[in-house]
Amino acid sequence: MISKDEIKHIAALARVGLDEVEMEKISKDLSSILDWMEELKTADVEGVEPTAHITGLANRMRNDTAREFGNKEGIVKLFPEEKNGYDKVKSVL
Amino acid sequence: MIRELHQKLIDKKITSVQLTEQYFAVIEKKDKDLNAYLTLTKEVALAQAEKVDEKIARGEEINLLEGIPGAIKDVLCTQGVRTTAGSKILDNYIAPYDATVVTRLKEVGAVMLGKVNCDEFAMGSSTENSAYGVTKNPHDLSRVPGGSSGGSAAAVAAGEAAWALGTDTGGSIRLPASFCGIVGLKPTYGRVSRYGLMAMASSFDQVGPMTASVEDAAIVLSAIAGHDKRDATSTDSFDKKFEDYLTGEVKGMKIGIIKEYQEGLSTGMKKVMEAVIEKYKKLGAEIVEIELPTFKYALATYYIIQPCEVSSNLARFDGIKYGMRNDDKKISDLNDIDFAEDKNLLETYLDTRQYNLGAEVKRRIMLGTYSLSSGYYDAYYLRAQKVRTLIKKDFERVLKEVDMVLTPTGVSPAFKIGEKTDDPLQMYLEDIFTVTANILGVPAISVPAGTIKVEDKDLPVGFQLMGKWFDEENLLRAADAYEKNKK
Repeated sequence: MISKDEIKHIAALARVGLDEVEMEKISKDLSSILDWMEELKTADVEGVEPTAHITGLANRMRNDTAREFGNKEGIVKLFPEEKNGYDKVKSVL
Repeated sequence: MIRELHQKLIDKKITSVQLTEQYFAVIEKKDKDLNAYLTLTKEVALAQAEKVDEKIARGEEINLLEGIPGAIKDVLCTQGVRTTAGSKILDNYIAPYDATVVTRLKEVGAVMLGKVNCDEFAMGSSTENSAYGVTKNPHDLSRVPGGSSGGSAAAVAAGEAAWALGTDTGGSIRLPASFCGIVGLKPTYGRVSRYGLMAMASSFDQVGPMTASVEDAAIVLSAIAGHDKRDATSTDSFDKKFEDYLTGEVKGMKIGIIKEYQEGLSTGMKKVMEAVIEKYKKLGAEIVEIELPTFKYALATYYIIQPCEVSSNLARFDGIKYGMRNDDKKISDLNDIDFAEDKNLLETYLDTRQYNLGAEVKRRIMLGTYSLSSGYYDAYYLRAQKVRTLIKKDFERVLKEVDMVLTPTGVSPAFKIGEKTDDPLQMYLEDIFTVTANILGVPAISVPAGTIKVEDKDLPVGFQLMGKWFDEENLLRAADAYEKNKK
């Protein structure tokens, strides 16, 4: 069973606010899901390379050049709080 | 169906505007019950259709998909149109650009009827995780349409769209196709650009067609496939016309079946699959029993890697640049005291995500963050990636003996709404046959295989064919041959 403190820690890392009921439920769910994943421990992965990309495509290089995005207005409109064309957010520091 | 509609358009038996209006009439009639559509784009659709009609009137040649109305899953960005991904956090999000697949469909002149429902950020197997209510299965309104592309599947099955785009990370095109009795194709990873698809698990995600027939799927795939400089993992399709490969011929084709899979099936499902196998034998394909011992790890591997990628990809939904932002909770609680400047950024993140993300999304973010956190990374994420290599090697070995592998798409027909919502593990198990293709990145298609009687209703189920990397041609050919010779 994953402890409540651990859940709180993970939630803070993930920046997800949770209430007491959610914490309880997620603690239970995560524990049973992780139990079920124990099966993977029976696979012999000694000396096996991990796979992150599946089709084996090699790096595709391109010049790192900026280009104009056609719809600046559309992006500005999405700002939750706009001020003088800028996205207003809480102070970072 | 697309080819017939195309013929009617060029024979001037119907105009694209009339056709489009017919689909909106069906939507008007049926969608109150089904809830497949989240947003209708009638104005856009009719303008698109008018353009096509003008072209036809001028005697110009038109593409197969030109003027044919379809639906787009709401995780795909459509410029100027609300794009919610089934989430409250994007309730007010008007996409500022088109996904590449949408751009390509516009280029060939396809008509967009609207945006269709899905599980929140495509996380789910039933569409019950949508913040906008479940979509109902057109074959039985008390059942789910499957997920996560449940809106796409229900729309096509109910005649509310001629074709639809879905997305598939662990089975999200194929399972709803099976539950709703239509065709669903997950292309090879890299076949179709993911630019403008809201990323769920980037190493698995693919966009694909959901259609009434195999040929329709091929036609839609031809329109959306190919390299896109905005998605570095996409590869060239050399303007292939996949519909040209449907010869109806499977003689000499080698189709693998997995004995353990067959033995574990319910009686009804077993019967359906036996009939499919018999049909392929009759058509001249060779059925080969194969062993894939690592496939038993596929589901667990998937449900480790996928939430890890989710936890990273969904970090962007934080209320800062777009979408919903909750940072005034204290103000509302404490009335007239201006707390706005005192409340720090962290609280904005926590509140925005707490109040606007659903339970399943939070669960996966938490699971992924846990698996990636220090002390657990090696045991979960890294191990799962190594098992992914084992599964790939296993499949590569089998591909020396067979051209493709045949399995059921799901374990059963559509289940009841609410039946599996309390237990996430039960829901995850729905993906048991489908996730392997995503782990491998190979193409896989679900094809209607018949029906199973449940409570006096005949409910559709599909079979799945899983092919070689970038071999959609043969996969579609085999699927089409079955479809053409069904009876």
